[in-house]
Amino acid sequence: MSSQTKGITSEASQPYKETFSLGKFIRTNGAQLGILGVFFGLWIVFIVSAPNTFLSSRIYFAFMSTIPFFAIMAIPLTMVVIAGEMDLSFPSIMAMGMVAFSFAYNATETSIESVSMRVILAFVVALLAGAIIGGLNGLIIVKFGIPSLVATIGTQFFWRGAVLVLTQGANYTLSYIKETFLYSVLVGKIGGYFPMQMVWLIVIAILGWVLLNRHKFGAHIYLIGDNAQSAQLMGVNTGRTRIQAFILVGLLSAFAGVVASFHVAYFWPSLGEGLLLRTLASVFLGGTSVFGGVGTILGTFLGAFIIGAIEAATVAVGLTGFWTQLIYGLIIVLSVIMHTYLGKRAG
Amino acid sequence: MDYRLELRNVSKSFGEVQALEDVNFQLGQNEVVGLLGDNGAGKSTLIKILTGYYQPTSGEILFNGQKVDHLTVPKARQLGVETVYQERALAELQTLWRNIFLGRELKNKWGLLDVQRMKEETYRLMNQSMGFTSSAVDPNSRVGTFSGGEKQGVAIVRALYFDAEIIILDEPTMGLSLKETAKMVNFVLGIKKAGKSAIFIDHNVLHVYNVADRVVVIDRGRIAGEFMTNNITLDKLMDKMIRVAETSSLD
Repeated sequence: MSSQTKGITSEASQPYKETFSLGKFIRTNGAQLGILGVFFGLWIVFIVSAPNTFLSSRIYFAFMSTIPFFAIMAIPLTMVVIAGEMDLSFPSIMAMGMVAFSFAYNATETSIESVSMRVILAFVVALLAGAIIGGLNGLIIVKFGIPSLVATIGTQFFWRGAVLVLTQGANYTLSYIKETFLYSVLVGKIGGYFPMQMVWLIVIAILGWVLLNRHKFGAHIYLIGDNAQSAQLMGVNTGRTRIQAFILVGLLSAFAGVVASFHVAYFWPSLGEGLLLRTLASVFLGGTSVFGGVGTILGTFLGAFIIGAIEAATVAVGLTGFWTQLIYGLIIVLSVIMHTYLGKRAG
Repeated sequence: MDYRLELRNVSKSFGEVQALEDVNFQLGQNEVVGLLGDNGAGKSTLIKILTGYYQPTSGEILFNGQKVDHLTVPKARQLGVETVYQERALAELQTLWRNIFLGRELKNKWGLLDVQRMKEETYRLMNQSMGFTSSAVDPNSRVGTFSGGEKQGVAIVRALYFDAEIIILDEPTMGLSLKETAKMVNFVLGIKKAGKSAIFIDHNVLHVYNVADRVVVIDRGRIAGEFMTNNITLDKLMDKMIRVAETSSLD
């Protein structure tokens, strides 16, 4: 063992073996199993009630093309919520990232010839802008001690306002991106079917899982959300870790903004509006606790697909679109009740 | 010989409130010092300065005769200070292994957490070295489900595992059963035997008297006096404590 471990010398060391028991497995993974149950349960309901729609692959490619726009943001947002914080500004960051993109693209008109290169550079600038705005959120929250819910209500308005002022509220086409390399990398279709944004979502979800479960950053996120004072007493830099989490949300919101805009090759200054509650709902549906300390990436991932599928499903099942929100509400409330119940039993 | 740890003229104020005033405090090599004082006397503030959680408003902190500027929690831990906090500083929704390695996670060669090794070490320390045999005390179980004594065990193992030279125990017997308290007292005697130093804070004069080499009495942010435990009887120490509480003077 390492030099650190000499504190206690072990006698007759019997190596630790993890014993598997089904009961324990269910208790410790209750939230994830619960959301898996909801996911497959709803899926079966959808298939039974609208077999023509849900037994063909078309609907799934449609889901995989639109759900990633908010699911990508829901991954880092999960970390922020686990840390006991909240971020409501990410839809505005999506739009602000695209404003930065357009400014960078236009600024390089004379200096760089290749459109592909200009788009890649603009993409990097957009990510940078998102990360900086996220970092500012974190700084405001940590340095001034302002509750993140309140702070990000403020920055949400501020950055949406900045988008409107900088673009004068104009929407414009991004048709030039269609021929570029980045377009096919971000929103192309593999084999003409499988959307690249889904690949990015999977990559981000896997990286997010590693970061949250197999990295110090994630360990500290859980500890801060669970008991911030304990974390601080044990030498965790709670301020820096929280700022990093907000930077991640900013970065990936800008990324999602670029992906969503590329998908339609158009910029709307209202980009991201309407995604706020869907993204938050994915996180909470997935079993992340608003009180912090509890949450999983898998839960959020499934939550996003449930949220994304309900809208199409209500119509396919034969109900009018008016039913969508009612069913959203019902499933969210029931799932959160389920998670609270499972959370109490977790030992 | 240098003191293991020394505070020179340390003051700490929180806005208008003067929590510590001109405190001089020493902890010798292989010495157990008992810190006594009423609620709000400044004991907790004093230890939180030693652990780097609070920065003193003025004064110096020395480790082994070396002045240390701007002591932080990680720096204090590097210097061998480990604390068993009154509030235990646990994350109750998290698993046992995460709590044991809180703030100092073991990493593998890729910079990722070495979860397997942390679980093995947790099992070795809690179940084999500390003798917690209850099936509830498993590396994967959540600390929130533990009894008071088991939670205290987590806080102690955390202090021991990292080979601390100075162990600070803040009200370690609070909320413990008689049997667990006896175990705790034995543990402090064990620290002494292992050649380490400790600061033991408790309300109970008897517990402190039994384990400490020296007792420091703190009152209203000042050091009111100190006694070697082999020069004073327990009754006399009790009398003095009561007098301090009433008149803020030992004599």
